[in-house]
Amino acid sequence: MKVSYYPGCTLKSNAKNFEDSALCALRELGVDVQELRRWNCCGTVYSLTTDDLMHHLASVRNLIRVKEEQADSVMTLCAMCYNTLKRVNERIKADPDSLQKIHKFMDEEKIAYRGDVKVRHLLELLREDVKFEAIGKKVKKPLHNLKVASYYGCLLVRPKEIGLDDMENPTVLDDLMAVLGANPVDFPYKTECCGAYLTVDKPETVADRTFSILTSARGRGAEVVSVSCPLCAFNLDHRQKETAKKYSEFKKIPILYFTQLLAIAMGCGEESLRLDLHYVDPQPLLRQKGLI
Amino acid sequence: MRTILSKKKIRDDFVRKIEEISGQKLLACYQCGKCSAGCPAVAEMDILPNQVIRYAQLGFKEELLEAKSVWICASCYTCNVRCPKGIKIAEVMEAVRQVLLRKRKDHVEVPKLSAEDKASVPAIALISSFRKFTS
Repeated sequence: MKVSYYPGCTLKSNAKNFEDSALCALRELGVDVQELRRWNCCGTVYSLTTDDLMHHLASVRNLIRVKEEQADSVMTLCAMCYNTLKRVNERIKADPDSLQKIHKFMDEEKIAYRGDVKVRHLLELLREDVKFEAIGKKVKKPLHNLKVASYYGCLLVRPKEIGLDDMENPTVLDDLMAVLGANPVDFPYKTECCGAYLTVDKPETVADRTFSILTSARGRGAEVVSVSCPLCAFNLDHRQKETAKKYSEFKKIPILYFTQLLAIAMGCGEESLRLDLHYVDPQPLLRQKGLI
Repeated sequence: MRTILSKKKIRDDFVRKIEEISGQKLLACYQCGKCSAGCPAVAEMDILPNQVIRYAQLGFKEELLEAKSVWICASCYTCNVRCPKGIKIAEVMEAVRQVLLRKRKDHVEVPKLSAEDKASVPAIALISSFRKFTS
């Protein structure tokens, strides 16, 4: 199975642990991942105004790059890239006038893009193409006795027409954790916003959210929280420093990308996990569980 | 607080501008409050999300342009997906921000961020913050 892959900016830096673990797990699952030869920033957020086409161009250019490589779909790992690329794609499909204006602006592009690339998240590929049952059969190191709370955040599930699972009560990450042998832990804050980019101008707000989200997960018995977005990962992991300063009763908890847990289960080596990039060190827990 | 309602405010260009930029029909909102009930950011807001819509309906331009709420909303879309009238509250928040940003009134002042501030967060945080909070 061949897949075109759009990484996005943070997967190549702070979230290298997300990318390396995903790529190793996909190799083990027999998926041939081909990173786009050229790509640019997706824009990170979808412009919500009716009249702002300029901010959709970055996404459209990436979708043109996919077409140039004769692919009809593109996979993302980052939830923000997924949401932005997919929403822009839907927007231009539904609005021929905007599309025409965009074409006029991008007259140097050789392809007049029509919205015919399918934007998919890795989780969709795993669920629909590889299939969870097949993943379960390939598990080399089951995540036995590991209690994992899956945090979905906003952009994997909202808005409804973009989301890849139920927008109020998603379970796809929990279903994946179950086939990997872990004990999924459901918790009421799994789709509550972490504060996203407020981390730049209001880190204290993010500390409040991190406190609520992680305290809820821990209260339900979670030993680790898994995430699928580099910004959520930063807020829930690195902002635990500010959270601990603000809330004396706060207890730190390791944050892992779901792909790191998948990679462990698929038998990938520790070098693909990049555990050095974490603020809260997940190694003591993983060692205690015999997973590294 | 003394509040004066007037036809002049309600018919002000500001109301039309918010409707146009957001693509929403403000009067469709019947103030049920479901958006505010589910908003994870209300604790820090000076005007609740349903009040943002009400102020916009009534043309309370100054109050809206001074509101902190629109800068605390991080477009998580919880309100949008729950609104029984299908109103996109996050789009209205964005429209209020844009009225200010299009006059170069940036909320995040990039030159004031130190190199250390910028290095301490990932690219995804900086880009999204600048996209949302600068002109």
